Amino acid sequence: MKIKTREDLDALKRQGLESLYPDNPKITVGMATCGIATGARKVFDALSEEVEKKKLDVVVARTGCIGFCQKEPLVDILSPGRERIYYKEMSPEKAVQLLDQSMGAKPKEDWALFRMEGEENLITNEAISYVENHARAGDNAIPLYKEFPFFKKQVKVALRNCGFIDSERIEEYIAKGGYYTLLKVLTEMEPEEVIEEVKRSGLRGRGGGGFPTGVKWASCRHAKGEPKYVICNADEGDPGAYMDRSILEGDPHSIIEGMIIGAFAIGSHEGFIYVRNEYPLAIEKLKIALTQAEEYCLLGEDILGTGFRFNITINRGGGAFVCGESTALMASLEGKVGEPRAKYIHTVERGLWDRPSNLNNVETWANVPAIAARGADWFSSIGTENSKGAKVFSLVGNINNTGLVEIPMGISLREIINDIGGGIPGDKMFKAVQTGGPSGGCIPEQLIDLPVDFDQLTEAGSMMGSGGMIVMDENTCMVDVAKYFVDFLQEESCGKCVPCREGIKRMHEILEDISTGKGREGDIELLEEIGFILKEGALCALGSTAANPVLSTIKYFRQEYDAHIRGKRCPAGVCSELITYSIDPEQCTGCGRCVKACPAEAIVGEKKQPHSLDPEKCIKCGSCFEVCKFDAVIRQ
Amino acid sequence: MITLTIDEREIGAEEGWTVLKAAQNVGIEIPTLCYHEALSPSGACRICSVEVITKKGRNRVVASCLYPVEEGLSVQTNSEKIQRLRRGLMELLLARCPSSEKIKDMARQMGVIVPRFRLEQEECILCGLCVRVCQEISEARAISTVNRGTKKEIAAPFYDLAETCIGCGGCAYVCPTGAIRIEDNKIRLGDKIFKELSPEEVKKVEEKFGTKEKAAEKG
Repeated sequence: MKIKTREDLDALKRQGLESLYPDNPKITVGMATCGIATGARKVFDALSEEVEKKKLDVVVARTGCIGFCQKEPLVDILSPGRERIYYKEMSPEKAVQLLDQSMGAKPKEDWALFRMEGEENLITNEAISYVENHARAGDNAIPLYKEFPFFKKQVKVALRNCGFIDSERIEEYIAKGGYYTLLKVLTEMEPEEVIEEVKRSGLRGRGGGGFPTGVKWASCRHAKGEPKYVICNADEGDPGAYMDRSILEGDPHSIIEGMIIGAFAIGSHEGFIYVRNEYPLAIEKLKIALTQAEEYCLLGEDILGTGFRFNITINRGGGAFVCGESTALMASLEGKVGEPRAKYIHTVERGLWDRPSNLNNVETWANVPAIAARGADWFSSIGTENSKGAKVFSLVGNINNTGLVEIPMGISLREIINDIGGGIPGDKMFKAVQTGGPSGGCIPEQLIDLPVDFDQLTEAGSMMGSGGMIVMDENTCMVDVAKYFVDFLQEESCGKCVPCREGIKRMHEILEDISTGKGREGDIELLEEIGFILKEGALCALGSTAANPVLSTIKYFRQEYDAHIRGKRCPAGVCSELITYSIDPEQCTGCGRCVKACPAEAIVGEKKQPHSLDPEKCIKCGSCFEVCKFDAVIRQ
Repeated sequence: MITLTIDEREIGAEEGWTVLKAAQNVGIEIPTLCYHEALSPSGACRICSVEVITKKGRNRVVASCLYPVEEGLSVQTNSEKIQRLRRGLMELLLARCPSSEKIKDMARQMGVIVPRFRLEQEECILCGLCVRVCQEISEARAISTVNRGTKKEIAAPFYDLAETCIGCGGCAYVCPTGAIRIEDNKIRLGDKIFKELSPEEVKKVEEKFGTKEKAAEKG
C-alpha cells in the first residue's frame, strides 16, 4: 500500500488502534533486549501456547521497554473497559496464570507493579481512557502509573512510544500520531520554517556534545556542495548506557520520521544510520521499520506523494567506541579506518565524502517529530534556560530501580536517585554518581542537589554525555572507578594522536601503581599534567575529555588518592593489594558460613569455635566479609 | 590574500593555506614530527600545536599543520601553554622511544631529559608518514596502521610480506626516527619485514635517496 493522502494515513491509524486496543483482552510482553535477557521470550512463548491450546479469546502481543528494567520481564494486561495492569518479574508459569485475569478474574495484586487508567498521546496531545468511567475505584492496592515514584516525574518525549507499541507494526506507530507530522511538514511547511522551529525549540544534541540542533541544520542547509547527507549516530557505546538501543528497538519509526523531517529541512536525499553490530535486535527492528516505510511510500522517490525523495541505508559498526565520534563515524562509513580527523572545517561543511553532512544521534532524531508536531513553544516550556526538553538517562549501578528514565532538564540528582531510582540498595550511603560515560566525571554526594542540565554538569567537572548515570555507594573506591574508565579508554582510543594514545596509557599506569600500593608523591600532579596535555592537545573529543574521570575524582576525592599513595590503604576496601582480611576471635561464633563461602580454602576452624584465616591463601575476594553475620571478619 | 598575525608579526597568506604553511613562508619555525610538505597533513603528533585567537575572540590550541588561515587570526607559536604542551608530548614520546636520537634531540631542546614514565623500547612513533607516502606518492598502499590504541602499529596486511610493495623505499626515507630501515636487502620495521629487495632494487633506492651512511652523515 502507498500512503499518498491523510485519508490513507487515517485508514492505517484505524488498523493501528484496533491492534493497540482490541475488542478482546490483550496481554503484552516487554521484549526489548532487557526483557529478553531476563526471560521474556519464554514468557511470550508460554502465553502464546496456552492461548492456542485453550483457544482463548486473548491477543498475545509484544512491545519494547517501558523503562523499568529492574523488574523485567514485565507483562501487562489490557481488557476492554478496564484498567491496564502491569506485572513484574514474570516467569512462564506465573504469566500463564495471569490469563485468568484477562478472562475476568481479579487482578493478582501481589505480582502487580502499577496500573494505568489510560494513556497520553504526546504527538496529538490527546488522552485516551481505558476505563469507561474514571470515577470507578478499584484495584487500589496497586499504585497508579502517574503516582508511581519511578514514573511520576518523568516526561516521555523520545521514549513516548517505547513499551506502548509493537515496533514491528507501523500502523501502531501511526495510531500514536506517527507520520502525520511528516505529512504536515512536507505539505504545509517550508524547510526554513522547520529549521526555525527546531532552533526556537532549543533542542540540543543528545549524543554528548549538546550542540544546538537547529543551528547545525541551518549550517548544513546553507553549506555549499551536493549531495548533502543526513546521518543518525546509533553507535552508542558508553559503559552502562542503553538509551538509544531502547528507542531503536522500541520505536524505530520515530527515528526514521525525524530523519526524513531533518532531510527535508536540510535539503538532503540520502541518509545513513550507523548502528553498532552489538545491537542485533535493534538492527532487526530497524530493518523491518525501514522496509515498511519504503513499502508505504514514507521513504523513497515520492514520499507521501509530495515529490520529496529520501532514502536511508543501515551501516553496521564493527565495535569501535571511537566510531561514535562524528568524524571517525564518517571515515568508517566511507570504508576507511575509523579514526577521527580535526574538525577545523566542520562536518556540516565537509563531512561524509567531503560533502555537507548533518549528524545527530538517535535520541535527538526521536525528539524531532515531537517538536514538529507540538511546536517549539511546547518543547521549550520543558527544561531549564539553556537546556530545553527532557533527557533520557540510563540509571544503573548501586540503585534500587535500574532502568531508563526520561526526565525534564533541571531536575535534581537527589530526585533522580532517591525518588525515581528508589535510593541505594542495602541501606548503604550514596557516594557519587558518574555521568557522561568515559568522557564524563564523578559528582560527589555533596552536590546531590545539583540540577541536571548541560551547563550544570559541565560546571561540576562532568558532562551530560549521552545519558549514562552510574550510581555508586560507599563501598566504591574512586581510584578504582577512575582506573576502570581510563582502562576502557586505553582500549578504545584509536591511537592516532600522541596525547590520547600515550597519555591515557600513562594515566592507567599511574593509577595501577596507586591502586596496588606503588603510588608515589607527585603522582597526582603527574596525572593532572597528563590531563592538561589531553585536554589541550588531543585531536578529538575522546582524547580531550579522557582525563575527566581522573580529574573529577581527584577534585572531589583527593583524600582517597592520598590514602592510597601515602597510607597504602584503600578506604573503600576495594583495591585488593591494599587490604587484608582477618577474623576477630571475640566476635566469631564458628558458624562456618565464611568457610563455605571462601573459594580459596583460606579459612579453617572447628564448628562453634573461633575460626582463623590464612593470609597466605586469602585471595581477598571479600566473600567471607559479605556473608559474616557477626561482624567477625575484619577488613583493613 | 589573507592577513593574520603570527607571534605579533603581521603576515600575508593565501586562502586555503594552513597556519604552518603561512608561518614557514615567512621563516617562522614551528616544530613538526608527523608533517611532510609532500604529503597530506595528519595532525597525529600535535607537536606543531599553536595557540590561536579567532576574530570572534575564541582562544584555543590547534594543530597548525591542519588549521586553515583566516582573516584577522592571531597566532602564538611559542606561548607558555604551548611550551608546556610540547614538553609534555615530548616526555610521552621519549618514554616510548628513549633510544631515538631524533626524539632525544627534540626533547632536549624543549628541556626534557628524563621522562617520569616507565621506559619502553620502541623506535616507531606512529606518525604515519610511511603510510601516507606509500598511499599518496607510491600509490602502492602496501602498509598501513593496524589495531587501535596502545596496540596500534605499522604493518603490512596480516604481518606478511607486503604484496603490493614496489620497493621504492619511500617509507624508510620519510621515517623521522629511522624505525623503518633498509638492511640486509630488506625493508623492515623492527622484526617486521615489508619487502625483500634484489640487489638491483637496493641500488635504485640508494640512487634515489642516498645510502644509509650518507643519511647518517646528514643526521
